[in-house]
Parts: sequence; C-alpha cells; structure tokens
Amino acid sequence: MALTYDDVISKYEPVLGLEVHVELNTESKMFCSCSTTFGAEPNTQTCPVCLALPGALPVVNATAIESTIKIGLALNCQIAPYSRFARKNYFYPDMPKNFQISQYDEPICFDGYVDVEIETEEGPKQFRIEIERVHMEEDTGKSLHVGGATGRIHGAEYSLLDYNRAGIPLVEIVTKIVPGTGKYAPEVAKAYVAELRDILRGLKVSDVKMEQGSLRCDANVSLRLIGSDVLGTRSETKNVNSLRSVERAIRGEMIRHAELLNDGKKVKQETRHFQEDTGLTRSGRSKEQAEDYRYFPEPDLVPVAPDASWIETLRAALPERPSLRRKRLKEEWSVPDKEMAAMINADVLDIVESTVLLGADPTKARTWWLGEISRIANEKETAIADLSITPADVAEIVALVAAGELTDKLARQVVEGVIAGEGKPSEVVAKRGIKVVNDDGALMAAIEKVCAEQAETADKVRNGHVPAAGALIGAVMKETKGQADAARVRELLLGHLGH
Amino acid sequence: MSSLSRDDVAKLASLARIEMTEEELVNLASQFGSILDAVARVQELNLEGVKATSHPQPIENIFREDVVQPSLTPEQALSGAPAQEDQRFRVPQILGEAE
Amino acid sequence: MIKKTAAQMSASLTSGETTSVALTQSHLDRINEVDSKVKAFLHVDGENALAQAAKVDAERAAGKKLHPLAGVPLALKDVLAQEGVPTTAGSKILQGWKPPYDSTVVSKLKQAGIVILGKTNMDEFAMGSSTENSGYGPTFNPWDLTRTPGGSSGGSAAAVSAFEAPIAVGSDTGGSIRQPAALTGIVGVRPTYGAVSRYGLIAYSSSLDQAGPFGRTVLDTAMLHEVMAGHDPKDATSINAAVPNVVSAARSADVKGKKIGVIKQLQGSGYQAGVLARFNESLDLLASLGAEIVEVDCPSFEFALAAYYLIAPSECSSNLARFDAMRYGLRTGDDNGASAESVMNATREAGFGREVKRRIILGTYALSSGYYDAYYGSAQKIRTLIIEDYKKAFTQADVLVSPTSPITAFKIGEKSEDPIAMYLADVATIPVNLAGICGMSLPAGLADEDGLPVGFQIMAPAMQDQRLYEVGSALEAALVSKWGGHLIDQVPALGGAK
Ligand SMILES: [Mg+2]
Ligand SMILES: [Zn+2]
Repeated sequence: MALTYDDVISKYEPVLGLEVHVELNTESKMFCSCSTTFGAEPNTQTCPVCLALPGALPVVNATAIESTIKIGLALNCQIAPYSRFARKNYFYPDMPKNFQISQYDEPICFDGYVDVEIETEEGPKQFRIEIERVHMEEDTGKSLHVGGATGRIHGAEYSLLDYNRAGIPLVEIVTKIVPGTGKYAPEVAKAYVAELRDILRGLKVSDVKMEQGSLRCDANVSLRLIGSDVLGTRSETKNVNSLRSVERAIRGEMIRHAELLNDGKKVKQETRHFQEDTGLTRSGRSKEQAEDYRYFPEPDLVPVAPDASWIETLRAALPERPSLRRKRLKEEWSVPDKEMAAMINADVLDIVESTVLLGADPTKARTWWLGEISRIANEKETAIADLSITPADVAEIVALVAAGELTDKLARQVVEGVIAGEGKPSEVVAKRGIKVVNDDGALMAAIEKVCAEQAETADKVRNGHVPAAGALIGAVMKETKGQADAARVRELLLGHLGH
Repeated sequence: MSSLSRDDVAKLASLARIEMTEEELVNLASQFGSILDAVARVQELNLEGVKATSHPQPIENIFREDVVQPSLTPEQALSGAPAQEDQRFRVPQILGEAE
Repeated sequence: MIKKTAAQMSASLTSGETTSVALTQSHLDRINEVDSKVKAFLHVDGENALAQAAKVDAERAAGKKLHPLAGVPLALKDVLAQEGVPTTAGSKILQGWKPPYDSTVVSKLKQAGIVILGKTNMDEFAMGSSTENSGYGPTFNPWDLTRTPGGSSGGSAAAVSAFEAPIAVGSDTGGSIRQPAALTGIVGVRPTYGAVSRYGLIAYSSSLDQAGPFGRTVLDTAMLHEVMAGHDPKDATSINAAVPNVVSAARSADVKGKKIGVIKQLQGSGYQAGVLARFNESLDLLASLGAEIVEVDCPSFEFALAAYYLIAPSECSSNLARFDAMRYGLRTGDDNGASAESVMNATREAGFGREVKRRIILGTYALSSGYYDAYYGSAQKIRTLIIEDYKKAFTQADVLVSPTSPITAFKIGEKSEDPIAMYLADVATIPVNLAGICGMSLPAGLADEDGLPVGFQIMAPAMQDQRLYEVGSALEAALVSKWGGHLIDQVPALGGAK
C-alpha cells in the first residue's frame, strides 16, 4: 500500500545513523607514496604496496594522521592518546590485500558532536548530532563491469580493475544513532552532511566533491512506533552522492520501511543502493550470515600516539566553525536571512568574504556574486569558482562604481569583459573605452534636448509631479549611451525643472 | 577435548576462500582436535590483568612524509596479471557488491 | 676454492689470487654437480650471477673501494623478492611470478656487490620445519640424503652445508634459520626483530618474521648480518638505530667473566641424549674459557609453542589473503562464466599446500568472532609473559643458551603426517621470535647415536646481537681447536668435492 510521508510520520519515529567517508586531499596515498591525482590513466598510480604484491609493507602518511586529528578536533571529539590500525578481513577483488587497513576498537578520534540548524514550521531549530568515532582507513580500487547491462555488476561477463584509487586515505565519520528528528529527519541528515562538508572544506583536508566521490554518505534508517523505545531493524543505504540524494534516500527509506511494517512484514537488515534516477533504493548483497571481519591489530604498523602538544598546536590553528562564521558574517554584513541562505546555497560565502576583505561594501559584493556573476555562470553552465573573475576584480569594480567612474550598467560590461578574459577591470575599461560622462555641460545639453522632446512630461515635473522625472532620466541616460551617472543626471534635471 | 566438525571446517574454508574437497574437510576436522588441544594450552594460565603484546618492539608514531614517489609503470604493475585488457586487470565476473 | 670460508674468499679476491667470476663459476659447477641430490635450489641464476661477478671484478680492477663481501657468492631464500627473478616462496600459487621490485635485503646485497647464485627451496610460505612442505618437492640434508635439512630455510642451509654457496640468506619466524642451521651443522642467526627490513620479504607472520644470515663460520655469518641489517623507512617496524658491530664482535671471541644463563625449561625430556651431551660439553668449554654458567627459570616458555601456533596462523590467514588469482600468480577454474569468488576458491585450493591450508584455517578460526579472546587474545598475553621471563633472565645473564633443536635431522616423511610432532621441532627456538629478540645456532658436534649435527643456541636481548657473536665465536674457536677443524669438514663429499 502506497503511503504518503505524512502517513509515515504520524505513526513512526525515524532513527538515523550516518556514516560519511571522506577522501583526504593528501599528495600521496595512505600507506605508500603513489600520487592521488584524480582521473589519471588506469594503473599508473600503483606500486608494490597498493597492489599488495607479495612482500610489500605499508607506512603511514603523516599528513593523513594530522588531517584526521584536525577533523576530530573540528567535530569536538576526544583524540585518543594511543590508537592502532586494525585489519578488516574480507575478500573482494577491488581490495588488493583482501583486507582493509582500518581502525577497529581504537579509533583515533571519538565522542564528538556537530550542531546543525534547519528551518522548521516553528522557525529555525537546532539539532545536535553526536559523533561516535572518526577513524582512518584506505580506499579501494575501481572496477568496470563489462558485458551484460551497461556498467552494472549483475550480468557482467567480467570486470576490469584499476587500482589508482586503492590506498587513497579515507576518513570515516560515524554518528551515534540520531533519534528525535521526527519528520525533519531527511532535512537534518542533509544539513549534517552539508555542515560536515563545510567544516572539512574549511579545514582544507579534502576536496569534498560528492560528485567525484571524495565525500560519500551511507545512511542507516530504522523506524519505531511513536512512543516506543524499541529500535526497529535498520537498512543501510550506500553511496548517496549528493546532498539532495541524502534527503531523498532517507525519505524514501522511511516510506519503504513503513509500508513493510504496516503490511505486517519485516524490514530486512541489508545494504541498499540509492538510485539517482528513481530516488528509490534497491537491495544490494543480502548477507546470509553477518560477515565475520576477523579484526586484529595490524602487525605491519605501530601505534599512533599523538602527544598533547601536537594536538594543542592543531587545535589552536583550527579555522572558525562554519556555523559560527555564518552567524558572524550575517551580523557584520547585516544580511537578511533569505539572502544569507541564498549565498550559502549558491556556495559564494567564501568568495564574497574575500571580496569584502579587499575593501568592497558587503551588500555590493554580495549583489555582484549572487546576481550578475551567478547569472553568467548559469548561462555558461559552469561553477562560479571556474570563471576567470576574482574577488580582487569585483572589489576593484565596486570601488570604480563608488568613485563614480562607472555606473552600475557600465560595471556590468566590465564584469562581462573580465569574464571574457579581456584583463583586469581597469584594462577592460581602457580597452572598451568605457567612461562615465560627468561633464555637466554635456549632460545639460542632453537634458535640454530631452525636455524639449518630452515637453509634456517636463511640465508635469515642473508642476510638482516629481515621480514623472524617471522617464526623463531614462531618456537622458539613453542619450548619453549609459555612460552618465544617473544620480548626477537626476540632480541636474530636477534643478533644471525648478526643484 | 576440543574439536571442530566437518561443517565447522567447511565454514572456515569458505571464509578463507578455499574450496576444499570432502576428503580434505574430513581429514582436517579429524586433525583439529589434537591441534586445538595443543593451542588451547594458552588458556591454562590465569591471564587476568596481563597486557596483550601484538608487537615485540615498543615503537610508536612511525610516519612518512606526504611526498609522491614514482609509481611502477603500468607494464610493471600488470606484469604478473593472469589476464588484462585496456591497461586494467581483467578478472572473472564479480558477484555481489563491494562493502 | 668452494671449501673456503667467505672471509677467506674475500681475502683471495682482494689479493687477486682469484676472481669473482672464477669463484662464482666454481660454485655454479658445484651446484651442477650435487644439487640434483640435495635439491637446495629452486632457481639457479647462473647468467646474472656471472654478470654480477664480472661487474665486481671490473670494479676491483678499476681500483674502486669495494665491500669485503663484494664478489662472494650467496644463496637467497626464495621468500625474498628479487626484481625479474622468479620468486615463489616455495608455493605453486606463485609459480612463475617475477617481482617488479627488489626487497630491501636484495638491494643491500646488490649494493655490497654480493653475487646472488639463485633462489633456495623452503617450506611453502615458510610454514614448516623440514622443507618437505615446499610446493616443488623436498630438500635433502647433505649429511644424510634420507633426512630433512630442517626448515623452513632448508634450501639455504643445505646449500651452505653442501658447499654450493659459502653464505646464504634465510628467514626465521619460529626457528626457520636456527633449526636448519643446527640440523646441517652450520651457523645461522635470527637478528633482533626490526633490525633487518622486512620490505620484500613475503610475509608469513608479520610480527615474528625476520630475515637473517647463514654461514659456515661465526665470522662469515656476522659479515653477512652486517650487510643485511639497518633501518629502512619502507618498513614501519624497522628499528631506527645503529646496527651493532657484529663483525668486530665475531673477531673478539671473548667470554671471560660473561654470565651464561641455561634456560631450565629448554632441556630435559623430549631432548635427544646426544643433543644434550653435546650441549653440556659446550657449556663446560665455555666455563673453561672463563664464563660463569647460571641456571635461569622461564616458566612461561611452556606455553610458547601454543601461543606461536595461534599467532603465526592468525597473521598468515590474513597475510596470504592476497593470493587470490586476480593480480598475479596462479589462476585456475576461470571458465564458463565462473565468478571471481569461485576462481579465488579454486585457485587457493589448487595453489596452496596442505600445511598452508591447515594454518590458514586454524588462523581463521582463532581470529573469528567469539573465539578471538580465547585464542588469539590469550596468545598475545602469553607473549607478554614470555617477554617478561626473558627480561628477568637477562638481569641474571648476558646471554641465554639452550640446544637449538631437541632432535637431530629426522627422516624425510617421518613427521609429515603428524603436525603436532613437527611443531615440536621448534620448541626451543620459538620463544626468541615471540619476544622479538635475537638468537644464533652454531654447531656443537655430532650426536653419538646417529652421527648427525647438533646445534647450540645463544640468545641475547633486542639490539644486543653482538653478544651472540662474542660468545659464539669464543665457543666456535674452542670447538674447532678441540676437533682440529670445522665440523662442516666432516660432511660427506656427495661425490662432488675436490
Ligand atoms: Mg569503513
Ligand atoms: Zn602505491
């Protein structure tokens, strides 16, 4: 029986658990010195270690440890004074050693939290997501399935393996179970992943590109009857690869579970795969018996025991927490909620801040990035960050406008020119011969011409109907090819008509 | 007297990805009793409060700098491959999804 | 020429009395002559060996400063990766595999200009004490071709005792250098864990494995030890400290005033009478040289064998998971749309021998949830107790001693059907591995009842490897003067030697 989301939440309470895997942006892999560059030719970034050739041994990447500690600190975690790597044993062709070096009962970071805020019907509401652990592990290779349905594992005749990705450092961030989100579960999950992404980006430890797989989310969902404290059976949805999908996957799983439960069926504890096209999940491998990973301490590696002074140095260097930063910027810039949300959605907060730090007025800076520049990016179907216009350019343009050397309209031409690669704003101004007419004589000539042409309107203004001046100003601007300063035109015009 | 049944051994063999013959399973099951008796001696002592040693030398914090070194060439990487195609390792069809 | 020690060969090369090419060729000839009987080698690399020898000769002629062992031939246990040379670890699953890289030990040998004659036979993945578990057939003991040379480094030990090579590299996880050295009448050393890089050593049990040298004399063994040891950033468990000066220790031959601790638990019942007789004679000799003999108590050693046979199989069950037919090595059963999983299953069934499978299954069991604490966990705690026993014993003595093996070389096939009996062969050597310390075996004479070599084991604390050589060389000198020559001179000629 098809249920609506409202049906589900009227009867059940969702319990979430989120596991996020983050690929660190180190230069070299976790346990060997192969490059981590994305998109290289197959098997060009492999060595005896990451191919698990007989005899090869792992050595830990120092930067990966440091990044993991930074992540733990940013997530309010305790940092273990002593932790170890462990082997997680299972056979799979994309994992050369047939064990993953991971961490088991001794993760490097544990017991943290992240606060997220979402919009609810009752206004903004904060949820605390508790972090159980942050641990280090390594990524697997990539398989290409050939024959049968395209790219699908089922029905493939054989597979081709590329181990370039094998051994790239991964950090796994696991939440404790998250109860109490009620109908907002999907939004809370999305906000959590978004917050995590912002934190990681702020730490500069990962590219956090969900579409490239450098941030991957597994969502555990279970339902229990409202009022009950018995946890339901959970399903684990793998590799949900966009923020929107996090929300959709959880909503979809809540409905699927509720339908099963309402029909008196059982939810199977299983791995499911989110399907971008339908927004539904499909069953993955069902495990007849719980996999026995036979974890044991990795004998090829020695313990990680970060000393307190190292941890404190890292803690002192942590960047401002994204949520606090947003709050601060909102106040400093006096931005309305809606505009703040728009900036966050469009991912322009950093770039606007840089522009402001270069001296631009916050409102002006925001308007340029969120308006004209976003529009051009959309038109070109590219990311704002990939356009060849910098905060310095925008700050310069804002300054030119403030100095009266450009009108807003002219400034738009300059922006266009900078993006077209014509150079810095000043160069575009020079090359295109863009100039504000601020010769009062020339302006007066244009004003007199327009007033003569539109005598009726001019009379209205003379007789006190000032709003009618707009049409005249527009005509003067047109007459001066947009190069006049509208404010000055207005001033001269009104004076000319006796105001 | 410890023991493992033929089915216990079969389960372990499947975990270890070894397709054993019936004869091997039965033989191994019959040997396991005495082997387990021998190794179960580790349980004879009272080990409460004794720390486990997983590594003989007390060393910690051995790291390498995050610096890229040359990888193998793809020819070297694939030199031992039982089958290859398009500079990738060719393997039989994989059933079941990754972890 | 092949009967000389490595040190003597080094002197002959330096003086110009011979060339490395001549020396290498005479060893290749010897191999050609006797290895069909001994079967020490899995792969003889004559062409490369001669090329390497010629290179050293040219460098010497050009006046380049060379390592003392430059140009001296060596036999390499097939457990170490050597670029472009078949490396199998004695297993069918790696038949034909040629590593695209050198192990650190091989790099160091090459750097010293040592000539690698070829790869020697071993128990598959170093699991065994007789070299009968090789996927390529057994090696035979040069003292009696119906007997095993011990193992797992039986090929290397047999090569040295059959004069096919003056020195050899082995690896010792539970006694795999010391026990075959004892059974073939030569010297073998297991260095301190972490002193020799494990990079490129095909892993059996990561926390126990250690490569080490074989020689016919204590000094030769020390010279090779010095080449192999040293910190390696590619091995995270490698000790970052200076290598003890083992060569000068081997030349010192001085035990006056040294305290020598006899381990109470490593003698008595289960030890062959002839083994105990030679052991006690050696103790008397040491006492006569001015050493003080004391008895030490190591009560946890009684449980060492049990702990070892949990730890080593557990680690190996994981270490050997990579042999899965996907990237290298054997692949079988790949037909009619077989799945990757079924190909893995079939390949591992076909490629691994009986003992390897037995240990993988045992390790899989010991690590599985529900059994971990009782087996693997307890074994790791026993390990702690053994370390503490050693610590205490080393406050009472500078070195500890015992017979290396409770028995002399046994007949081929004698123990291969009884795993427990075979495991007992390592009862005296295993504690060293569990504690990560160092140990040496050197010849103590022939047992009266069977005329076969007996090994005398010396143990020293971690990174005190020089003590093995100080005591070992003193005992060796006393024994040689008593016998009027080295024990190895009594090995049968095998119909070859001149
Ligand atoms: Mg994980
Ligand atoms: Zn690599």
